[in-house]
Amino acid sequence: MRRLLFEGLSRKALTEPPPRIDDPETAALAATLDAAARKRLGRSLSIREVDAGSCNGCELEIHALGNAFYDLERFGLHIVASPRHADVLMVTGPVTKNMREALQRTYDATPAPKWVVAVGDCALNGGLFAGSYAVAGGVGAVVPVDLHIPGCPPTPTALLKGLLTLLG
Amino acid sequence: MTALADLTAAAAPVPASAPWPRFRVGVDIWRQAAASLAAGEVTLLSLWGERETVHLALRDGGQVAVLSLDCPNGSFPSVGATHAPAIRLERAIRDLYGLTPKDAPDDRPWLDHGRWGVTRPLAAHAPEAPAATPAAAYPFLSVEGERLHQIPVGPVHAGIIEPGHFRFTASGETVVRLEERLGYVHKGVDALTTGADIATAAQLAGRLSGDSTVAYALAFARAVEAATGTTPPPRAVGLRALMAELERLANHLGDIGAICNDASFALMHAHTSILRERVLRFAGLAFGHRLMMDRVVPGGAAADLSIASATALSTLVGETRTRFAQLVELYDSTASLLDRTVGTGRLDPALAQRFAPGGYVGRAAGQPFDARRDLAYPPYETLAFEVPVRTDGDVNARVWVRMDEVMQGLGLIEQLAATLPDGALRTDVGAVAGEGMAIVEGFRGPVLAWLKLDGAGRVERCHLRDPSWFQWPLLEAVIEGNIVADFPLCNKSFNCSYSGHDL
Repeated sequence: MRRLLFEGLSRKALTEPPPRIDDPETAALAATLDAAARKRLGRSLSIREVDAGSCNGCELEIHALGNAFYDLERFGLHIVASPRHADVLMVTGPVTKNMREALQRTYDATPAPKWVVAVGDCALNGGLFAGSYAVAGGVGAVVPVDLHIPGCPPTPTALLKGLLTLLG
Repeated sequence: MTALADLTAAAAPVPASAPWPRFRVGVDIWRQAAASLAAGEVTLLSLWGERETVHLALRDGGQVAVLSLDCPNGSFPSVGATHAPAIRLERAIRDLYGLTPKDAPDDRPWLDHGRWGVTRPLAAHAPEAPAATPAAAYPFLSVEGERLHQIPVGPVHAGIIEPGHFRFTASGETVVRLEERLGYVHKGVDALTTGADIATAAQLAGRLSGDSTVAYALAFARAVEAATGTTPPPRAVGLRALMAELERLANHLGDIGAICNDASFALMHAHTSILRERVLRFAGLAFGHRLMMDRVVPGGAAADLSIASATALSTLVGETRTRFAQLVELYDSTASLLDRTVGTGRLDPALAQRFAPGGYVGRAAGQPFDARRDLAYPPYETLAFEVPVRTDGDVNARVWVRMDEVMQGLGLIEQLAATLPDGALRTDVGAVAGEGMAIVEGFRGPVLAWLKLDGAGRVERCHLRDPSWFQWPLLEAVIEGNIVADFPLCNKSFNCSYSGHDL
């Protein structure tokens, strides 16, 4: 173990510079956000992730945000374990009818002011699963959405860009 | 004669079922099959419903067959009554198709939480609107005894995890019973694939469980190819296996780190996350999608490996091998970590044999089945690899099986890259009616796809069975007698799919 730790000290950090967030797609994302809320919330954010019915593909890429290349925490963005500690709910999946109440209750348990970030194509309108008897629709069908990050699943870079627009 | 051949000797085979036969059987043979399963003579692959029929897929060594029983009265003899691994599959059949397993040991609903606005959405008779009264509370198994307490967990968990409910009953720190309640991410995939065109159904199959998107897309594609009599071009066969091995590699790397992380050994997680990220970045550059979604398609592959990518792949494999060998040594020489994994969450070999969970859960408990070798689908019959097996059945054994499979996988990737034939990527599957089935070894275990095509390029019925169906019940068994704090470790070492199971 010692060898690995020493090697880690001598090697250059793998962490990459943050993605540019002045491109048009990110500007479009930012434009949808309420400026006042952004000023009030957007310094350091606690994020609670809620899988409301995803295929788990989005979760894999959200997990990747924690690795050495993206290092989410350096931006003051933390994934937290309870909605009561959260400023942001990051919701994936088409919302299944079996998860609708759990999502609503998680939202209610999150103290205001709060944001909801819908992640992935399914979270917009149900995606491929839209119209199923078991699916309520996109995240917006159940709780108000402030930001949508598209992709199936969105890459960690796309996720990072989206989250960075939340920071004022 | 083998047990499976005995069972099907008197049954009538259904024409146009490939590559394995399907037999229409009566109640007697169905009951014999259930007895044969209970006696351990044949292995349960899956049990699924159709409007007025139930199907039972069985394996005996390298032989596979499907038995189909018509249910004109809306019921069939329960297989779960004698063979426990079938119980949840039967509960799902009743929830979706309204076919009742007679004398079933558990008549509670499973996927249906009373919130769909319909009941039995796929039944032959029009689905019924449920009673206007709100859904009754789910009756968990009762627990009696002094000094017991219960801990309800989920469906929303304290991490970036899929939703499901766990009901722990503990005596002090020791878990006396765990009962799972799943179905929260049920999306109605059976209904969505019914009547869908092949391309849409393929996309849905690739999103049944995102971590196994290649395995599912491959199982679906191979089932379509079996049904239509299509042979994919040799280059596509090689590319698809390459993608499947990359998916296995990425998932095993992620799992090994995550298991150690749940024992608070974050160093391993940090290192394996780097290796995993490099695999995904390679996939993104080479195939245009980090998880390789929609890159395996019926009739072939939708992405090629360029010469530049082949060079990058060779570098990736070399670096991963060197770095990973250091991590294996790290795992094996960290006593405080081994103290958490050795002897924890031990799976009884007899239970492993009965449930045939496959994957690292099975292979860590003495069950050597690996579809790549034992059902030898192309191109694996031409490749040299070993199937690592351990017998301890604990968290440590499940970590070791994954570590050994990482090393085997690197060898397979090299062989596949070196022997990748030239030629076309895709052939047309055509609009042919037929039935096909495929079993593909995903990272978690064997993934099964069975489908019927109508001849107009549409799917009449598609059944996808995740290995988690047989692994989730075993997680309930292995946690017994362990402390509550070891549950995350046990759970992560299984890493069952919620979405793949809930459909």
